[in-house]
Amino acid sequence: MRIVVCVKQVPDTETRVRIGAGGSTISEADVANWIVSPYDEFAIEEGLRIKDAKGGEVVLVTVGPDRAQAALRAGLAMGADSAVHVKDAALETTDTLGTARALAAAIRTLAPFDLVLCGQQGVGGDHSQIPGMLAELLDLPQVTVAVKIEIGDGKATVEREVEGGRETWETRLPTVVSAQKGLNEPRYASLKGIMAAKKKTIRALDLAGLGLDAAAVAPKVTVTAMELPPARPAVRMIEGDPETQAQELIRLLHEEAKVF
Amino acid sequence: MATILTFAEQRDGKLRRASLEVVSEARRLAGALGATVAAVVVGPGTEALAGELASYGADVVRVFDDAALGSYATEAYARALAQAITDTKPTVVLVPFTAMGKDLAPRVAAKVGAGLASDCVGLEARGGRLVARRPMYAGKAYATVEWTGEPQMATLRPNVFPLGEPDASRKAEVVRGAVDASSRARVTAVKATTQGKVQLTEAQVIVSGGRGLKGPEHFHLVEDLAEAMGAAVGASRAVVDAGWVDHQMQVGQTGKTVSPTLYVACGISGAIQHLAGMSSSKCIVAVNKDADAPIFKVANYGILGDAFEVLPKLTAAARAHFASRG
Ligand SMILES: Cc1cc2nc3c(=O)[nH]c(=O)nc-3n(C[C@H](O)[C@H](O)[C@H](O)COP(=O)(O)OP(=O)(O)OC[C@H]3O[C@@H](n4cnc5c(N)ncnc54)[C@H](O)[C@@H]3O)c2cc1C
Ligand SMILES: Nc1ncnc2c1ncn2[C@@H]1O[C@H](COP(=O)(O)O)[C@@H](O)[C@H]1O
Repeated sequence: MRIVVCVKQVPDTETRVRIGAGGSTISEADVANWIVSPYDEFAIEEGLRIKDAKGGEVVLVTVGPDRAQAALRAGLAMGADSAVHVKDAALETTDTLGTARALAAAIRTLAPFDLVLCGQQGVGGDHSQIPGMLAELLDLPQVTVAVKIEIGDGKATVEREVEGGRETWETRLPTVVSAQKGLNEPRYASLKGIMAAKKKTIRALDLAGLGLDAAAVAPKVTVTAMELPPARPAVRMIEGDPETQAQELIRLLHEEAKVF
Repeated sequence: MATILTFAEQRDGKLRRASLEVVSEARRLAGALGATVAAVVVGPGTEALAGELASYGADVVRVFDDAALGSYATEAYARALAQAITDTKPTVVLVPFTAMGKDLAPRVAAKVGAGLASDCVGLEARGGRLVARRPMYAGKAYATVEWTGEPQMATLRPNVFPLGEPDASRKAEVVRGAVDASSRARVTAVKATTQGKVQLTEAQVIVSGGRGLKGPEHFHLVEDLAEAMGAAVGASRAVVDAGWVDHQMQVGQTGKTVSPTLYVACGISGAIQHLAGMSSSKCIVAVNKDADAPIFKVANYGILGDAFEVLPKLTAAARAHFASRG
């Protein structure tokens, strides 16, 4: 099986967010650590497990600037076989659809493949869009927010989370699946894995190499301003013994906050 | 005249509250954008829902009333919504950011070549165009988003946009559509994990418990308070990972994002990843025995105390309050 895993490099979730000089992005200078988006680690892990069970190879794909190479190395260190790095100045200002078009074009160069795995959300951007867009652009079925994947003969059984329940889906292969927490426990890269990753191939591609032009990735959605969340009012501490505190809180919720 | 097209999600013949929120918001925008409101509803028997959609502000209801569309299938539903977009050439397309909307909207956006902004918490019309506000970085920043070209497509966070006042005298024109119902991926089974209970993402009141409860045998203190308040029950990741409660109940960056009217955090420290999932709640109450717990920084009301003493009193006080009001 050939399994393609889409990997996005994102700021560490512990990052203290500050607004950048242009006023419409976060300040990258304040990002101490760039990591593989946590949901993509589930996707990589699942790819590796399927490869271990069925044989084949795991190929990583990212769209991102030079620094994104570190995310590919991290995935290669976990055990992926090779990687594709799509970078182009025009992609730095694109939106989700532009990113999906570039990714889809890169994935097409890897045909024939059996499975495209993504994270259910790239943390930071928090879009949860790329997997569904990829599926449409590649004309594949999709199952998103997967917590269990079983590969059968030319098909897969996938469990996904919905409000208040779990659905079981059957899909033909190839398909796009996006990974949710709970799918597996991602492995840590071993020292041996990290050494081996240095020798693995990362193929670099730009838009022209993918047969796309800047117009194909011109953004339709633009962030025009970014700000920190509005400060919440200072907490009002409720004094007294537990009985008094309880009575007072219910009174305040009713009379002041008017929540019930 | 321009159209604002909304996707009205239904399950088992009932419109989701989030769908009505989206129609209500479309109605609010319609004046400023000089637009009519159309709603798309997919599934057998859905023509019966046109009246309710009209009462919340739909001028046109496009129904794909087909037995083959009974259970949600991404490709078939995407074809239906895309067809409605092709037919009406809307300036704006709004979809609820529910499990279904989250799965559906990106596929449709790619199909019709629309720019899509996810999980919006504010929309306004400026100079005839849509401007949206959406959280990024797990709510650590808020982005203002604008579109180039049309349609301007957005998914809306449930429980944030107020429901309009339904007007039963409003009527909508019903337009029937048909679409190829095939899909390469299909639901074969559904298992309810929280059947009959209030859904976290739609709940108006949530009571959540954390490690401060000490063990699963004490978690009923949280559940009792939730019951007394008619609330849904949530949890921190610490107690989910410890196996006290199901993962479906986790609130936070790797769990559910919720924005209830009232969020009560019991024995939860308020780690940044937990705050990511609940800090947009309208009113936050924290019960914690550590005065320095970060949860107090986002709380509106705080009770410094032992959950084991405070929660039973709160439960009793809440019961008495609701009993006295019938
Ligand atoms: C990538 C990543 C993703 C994460 N995602 C999530 C997520 O989605 N959701 C989430 O919740 N966490 C998440 N976490 C974990 C998060 O960092 C915290 O570890 C977790 O939220 C802590 O849970 P807690 O508040 O229940 O426990 P603790 O931090 O241990 O806090 C327990 C609190 O209870 C108080 N307490 C103790 N005894 C009592 C008592 N008798 N009465 C009253 N108060 C008492 C203590 O003072 C303390 O404040 C994530 C972490 C990472 C690294
Ligand atoms: N720039 C990117 N490069 C590679 N994969 C990406 C990129 N952006 C998003 N993805 C994939 O799509 C998933 C969902 O991302 P998003 O739609 O941005 O929330 C991620 O978890 C990745 O698997």
